[in-house]
Amino acid sequence: MEKVVGKGRLSIPRQKMPEQDPGKRIHNFDEVNLGFTAELAVQEALRCLQCRKPVCIDGCPVQIKIRDFIALVAKGDFLGAAKTIKEDNMLPAICGRVCPQEEQCEATCIIGKKGEPVAIGRLERFVADYERERVGLSVPAIKAKNGKRVAIVGSGPAGLSCAGDLAQKGYEVTVFEALHELGGVLTYGIPEFRLPKAIVKQEIENLAKLGVEFVADAVIGNTDTIDELLNDGYSAVFIGTGAGLPWFMEIPGENLIGVYSANEFLTRVNLMKAYRFPEYDQPIIDVKGKNVAVIGGGNTAMDAVRVSKRLGAKNAYIIYRRSEKEMPARIEEVHHAKEEGIEFIMLTAPVEFIGDENGWLKAARCIKMQLGEPDASGRRRPVPMPGSEYLMDLDVAIIAIGNGSNPLISQTTPDLQISKRGTIVVDENTGATSKPGVFAGGDIVTGGATVILAMGAGRRAARGIDEYIRGKRLPQDE
Amino acid sequence: MHKILHAQYLAPDIKLFRICAPKIAAKRKAGQFVIVRVTQKGERIPLTIADSDMAEGSVTIIVQGIGKTTKQLNQLNSGDSIMDIVGPLGKPSEIHYYGTVVVIGGGVGTAIAYPTAVALKKAGNHVISIVGARSKELVILESEMRITSDELHITTDDGSYGTRGFVTDLLGNLLNNGRKIDLVLAIGPIPMMKRVADVTRPFNIKTVVSLNPVMVDGTGMCGGCRAIVDNKTVFVCVDGPEFDAHKVNYDVLAKRNRAYLLHEKTSLELFLQQHEDAFRQGMIEECKLPHAQRY
Repeated sequence: MEKVVGKGRLSIPRQKMPEQDPGKRIHNFDEVNLGFTAELAVQEALRCLQCRKPVCIDGCPVQIKIRDFIALVAKGDFLGAAKTIKEDNMLPAICGRVCPQEEQCEATCIIGKKGEPVAIGRLERFVADYERERVGLSVPAIKAKNGKRVAIVGSGPAGLSCAGDLAQKGYEVTVFEALHELGGVLTYGIPEFRLPKAIVKQEIENLAKLGVEFVADAVIGNTDTIDELLNDGYSAVFIGTGAGLPWFMEIPGENLIGVYSANEFLTRVNLMKAYRFPEYDQPIIDVKGKNVAVIGGGNTAMDAVRVSKRLGAKNAYIIYRRSEKEMPARIEEVHHAKEEGIEFIMLTAPVEFIGDENGWLKAARCIKMQLGEPDASGRRRPVPMPGSEYLMDLDVAIIAIGNGSNPLISQTTPDLQISKRGTIVVDENTGATSKPGVFAGGDIVTGGATVILAMGAGRRAARGIDEYIRGKRLPQDE
Repeated sequence: MHKILHAQYLAPDIKLFRICAPKIAAKRKAGQFVIVRVTQKGERIPLTIADSDMAEGSVTIIVQGIGKTTKQLNQLNSGDSIMDIVGPLGKPSEIHYYGTVVVIGGGVGTAIAYPTAVALKKAGNHVISIVGARSKELVILESEMRITSDELHITTDDGSYGTRGFVTDLLGNLLNNGRKIDLVLAIGPIPMMKRVADVTRPFNIKTVVSLNPVMVDGTGMCGGCRAIVDNKTVFVCVDGPEFDAHKVNYDVLAKRNRAYLLHEKTSLELFLQQHEDAFRQGMIEECKLPHAQRY
């Protein structure tokens, strides 16, 4: 391999990841990004300065040894690189795809100060895919079983990372999932074209190889309560149930047929495979040739609007009340959406949905906004412009403005401290809740956030649970 | 996979199943439901738990074959299995001593009303049950309802059994005759529940209905089952399924339940084409049972 030294590194441009052509991909659910080839990966890895003090790691919620794994990629030791990543992140094929790297590791990358940062996410993805495709996923070493059992509630990113870490530490872990398929938001929420379900399945199978037991169709709070789990031989319980209670806008006409929450729309498509109706039984309103608007500016909104395009929508809109600059979605997702012909209607909000006599959505009355003073979120507050209302023809509207907290566990666990927003209150370092032996992390604690933050919380809680069970630190001692 | 321990037609197209689900059997309370998925490519459908047997570890569901999924389910027999059953979901019925309660079951709604009637009886209430059906052969759970009721009235639309007319006619008679009624529970088709609410409203009697909207996950995650109660949006799966009958917006509920009518038709037609012979035979054998031999 050619050795590149000193300034030579800086002359290599950031390598582009091959992707499916937009004209083709709007007709299928296959993955948009195709991943680096080995050559592209090595070229990209050579751009890394191998900083003595790698600040990229500070940007990573789970502190992957980024510099070290990139050095191994540059040497062509892709399996070694995979091993290095997995010391800190059990699910790199997933994180390499869905992490907002531009706000995390890549945001702190030194070369990014002057030019474009090293494409850390793309490298992570390449390494994970390489390992999986060439040799299969490696099963990390696990400590001898210690005979202690831990229950994990929810098989999304928080639960999976917590389960993986605890299994490695020698615990007998059972993961409970309310739906019939495992993976939580990775399965029902994020579409196939952004995160292939086969990858999620393999990562979960790999955890099963570590000895993690998975129980689907178990709604904790109903099927078993937290107290019943604790009385049933589990030394600790981790709650990672996500933010499962979609918000609506509370405007007239919101219960018309054709108004979906993003959760419902995406669940019908991703989990229930409604796009393959009638081969699969679950239906979804046919959007072929119709006007679809997604209300919201986050990643979920981008997922929903791009799904509707793939289902054949004639016009697929994003309606967002602030400007594009304030949109919380990843830049890459916005970029991909635009390439696919999604129309962005900014500084606009629906104030009413209008239906026909049979209760089907026909139009939305929208109002224009302008940006005022910054609000509590630090973003400029959208202010309605009087007299700017107009009608927009619409067949399907998908509300993607976030989630509240699901009440099933808090209702049946009265001694669990809940915030005013309905989220579970925890100690930030350990994930410990107000109830001894019960830990929590992910969206049920933070409100809607990202996959990697949930994974980070799952890992912290795994350490917290380990310390709690080994008696080093009890929540009541604090 | 969950094994079907027992399956038996109660009436044409209405079949009872006892399904192995020990956890749900132990936990379920009157008024709660399960979500069932019959096959790997199947949809998720909510079904109210009619009964359970803790010793056997089974829950009882009673299914009316209307669309593809319910007809497909009704094709199954003892020893067969279904893909998934999850629950118990929803809030249990509010069971207290009210005094005199009227429990109304319309059609297969009787199967949903039955467990709550049992619980209300156990709580010491005087239970008057009204079971309505289109005709004699569609009356289900008559003997069970008789055992759990102090008074049982049966109405059929065509007069082939019991009193000719609607459940609301009987309820109206009771009220107009000055019977003191403290609670009415009505479960059945939406127009029936709406009419019951209209009948009891002037008498200011607490009236409860159980809603059965389109549902996906059943845990509050998708919001597909939303309904309007007291001018506010509720999620039936976690806020219900039982609500104050006088405050439900039945019009919105009925409209939303028709969202997938075309899909349901397509699915059913395909299914019937593929399974015509087996389906017809299964139906004929089971449903020729004389009434007394049914469950």
